[in-house]
Amino acid sequence: MSTHTETQNLTLVQAVRDGLRTEMQRDGDVIVLGEDVGKNGGVFRATEGLYDEFGDDRVIDTPLAESGIIGTSIGMAAYGLRPVPEIQFMGFIYPAFDQIVSHAARIRSRSRGRFTCPMVVRAPYGGGIRAPEHHSESKEAFFVHEPGLKVVIPSTPADTKGLLASAIRDPDPVVFLEPKLIYRAFREDVPTGEHTVPLGEAAVRREGSDVSVYTWGAMTRPTMEAAENLAAEGVECEVVDLRTLSPLDRETIVDSFEKTGRAAVVHEAPRTGGLGGEITAILQEESLLYQEAPIERITGFDTPVPLYALEDYYLPSPTRIEDGIREVVDFP
Amino acid sequence: MSDVFDRDPDDRVQVLDESGELVGDPPDLADDELVALYRHLRLARHFDERAVNLQRQGRMGTYPPLAGQEAAQVASAMALEERDWVAPSYREHAAVHVHGLSLADILLYWMGHGAGGWRTDVNVLPAAVPIATQVPHTTGVALASKLRGDKAVACAYFGDGATSEGDFHEGLNMAGVFDVPAVFLCNNNGWAISVPRERQTASPTLAGKAVAYGIDGVQVDGMDPLATYEVTRAAVEKARTPGERPRPTLIEAVQYRFGAHTTADDPTVYRDEAEVAEWRRRDPIPRLERFLRETGRLDDATVDEIETSVREQVSAAIERAENTARPEPDAMFDDVYAEPSPALRDQRAALHRLRDRHGDDAFLKD
Repeated sequence: MSTHTETQNLTLVQAVRDGLRTEMQRDGDVIVLGEDVGKNGGVFRATEGLYDEFGDDRVIDTPLAESGIIGTSIGMAAYGLRPVPEIQFMGFIYPAFDQIVSHAARIRSRSRGRFTCPMVVRAPYGGGIRAPEHHSESKEAFFVHEPGLKVVIPSTPADTKGLLASAIRDPDPVVFLEPKLIYRAFREDVPTGEHTVPLGEAAVRREGSDVSVYTWGAMTRPTMEAAENLAAEGVECEVVDLRTLSPLDRETIVDSFEKTGRAAVVHEAPRTGGLGGEITAILQEESLLYQEAPIERITGFDTPVPLYALEDYYLPSPTRIEDGIREVVDFP
Repeated sequence: MSDVFDRDPDDRVQVLDESGELVGDPPDLADDELVALYRHLRLARHFDERAVNLQRQGRMGTYPPLAGQEAAQVASAMALEERDWVAPSYREHAAVHVHGLSLADILLYWMGHGAGGWRTDVNVLPAAVPIATQVPHTTGVALASKLRGDKAVACAYFGDGATSEGDFHEGLNMAGVFDVPAVFLCNNNGWAISVPRERQTASPTLAGKAVAYGIDGVQVDGMDPLATYEVTRAAVEKARTPGERPRPTLIEAVQYRFGAHTTADDPTVYRDEAEVAEWRRRDPIPRLERFLRETGRLDDATVDEIETSVREQVSAAIERAENTARPEPDAMFDDVYAEPSPALRDQRAALHRLRDRHGDDAFLKD
């Protein structure tokens, strides 16, 4: 962790920009590329000002071609640069899926380390902003399933900067998913200058003894709200923000559960094949004898993300999260 | 216009110049069809203005405007027959309306309502929101029509940015190999969000890309409704009636997006107002209006009548869309599969129980 005391009060998207800028100043090999990232400063303004500061050799506006963006980045990384490609929305990442899973994830193992892919693929993900179709997906499980990739989802501005810096410095490819619902939802003091938060470590956002609630990204806030509401009824939730989804912090996950004996997982991705199943399996493997109740999954439904008139019903809300946690706490 | 396909990719077809003067052979359209074309352009422009305002007033979600691009959409769609298929991008409101979707159908989709954006009796595929994915679909529809021995032609609409995607290449390549009855209409509006056409490809034209697939490529002034009509008509005819030439055609309709990429975009960050003003001089509506007036096909009374009826038509569509009830939450579980899976049945029931227990207000943010 950083020891800086000087801070800036930033939103999450400003922290993305600050993290990119700080790492680009530190390391001349860090290159940002993607659609509209240069002159336009990114459709969410995550790269605003970087084009003016670093020039068009380091902040590259690309043609509209996701597979081309990622494939080109893989080549740059193999050569020794540290590309940070942006995919404008997670829903548009699929043309690049082949490049990410067939090449970025395995170039190290295919060449026994002769070639590597120190690349960070940034993409905003998730629902709740009344966006058009294909702009609200939360498909982190696709990438968690792929050996050789790391997957990170921050939930606070300070973590965003610190995790992004660690991802850029990491020797392996990282899929860095940004919760666009909370890009500008709140501000937080973020260390100025170099700041890292280690990959692979979860954060306990709220301590509690009755039930462990695992979540990440944009779902952290409604989960915290549900936890506070339940506290008023005398139910103390321990909220664990996973932050890195691959590799998972098994130790923190298990320690919390062995303390509470009850668990719920909250994610906005569809339920089937979602990460809730993986976390449940870890608890079964490690801590079966501590378990006092069935583990509840509070998730998006197994449907395409509906058009926005119905998205409030699709996304787990504080009410739904509270309801699910009560099921766990009230058992048997 | 027999020379439509025998020309260089940068030899842009034009019938009406920027001031509305006739500089080429006008298409074979009756007077009432020409006035209908003009009415459709006015309708598209007014619909677009109202839609942008609905978004600004919080009555609709993010919306991609089409102002400046009416001619390429309307005139090309008028060259299609009802049996033909359209595979649009998300900006093709005017084209899909001409081909049979109601204005309310289109508004409902942008209002986040799943009942919008398609119609049972209309051959318009759901708008492709990812870029260029509809290009190979168009090849597939056209191949199916050919295999069945039907006469239906498939027409894809996409932008200049789409020509950079792999799907564009793969779709056109297969269209050439299978010699399918398809028209690939590229609405080159100069900008893919902030990236100008010159940064999209080093190729001097987009029409020229057809050479690599062994199909015909034609560049047309996409803000000239008569030229766009004629070029599309010729391409559709060639697709429908096999002859000496390859059946598929890539049409590059050169035009300009007057407004933002979407209502979430601010184009002043990346392009000059002077450039916008320059392109506004080529506005298709006054161009066609001048031609129709000077040839005695349009007078003040008809223009007034069109203005009034266009306003009424758009207002009625907005009213219909806004009066459509919010869809039932069950709708999101419908049509995921022909038969819902056991998990979906369980999840639908669980949502019912939650709504019964807490009431809908506990879920809805607004």
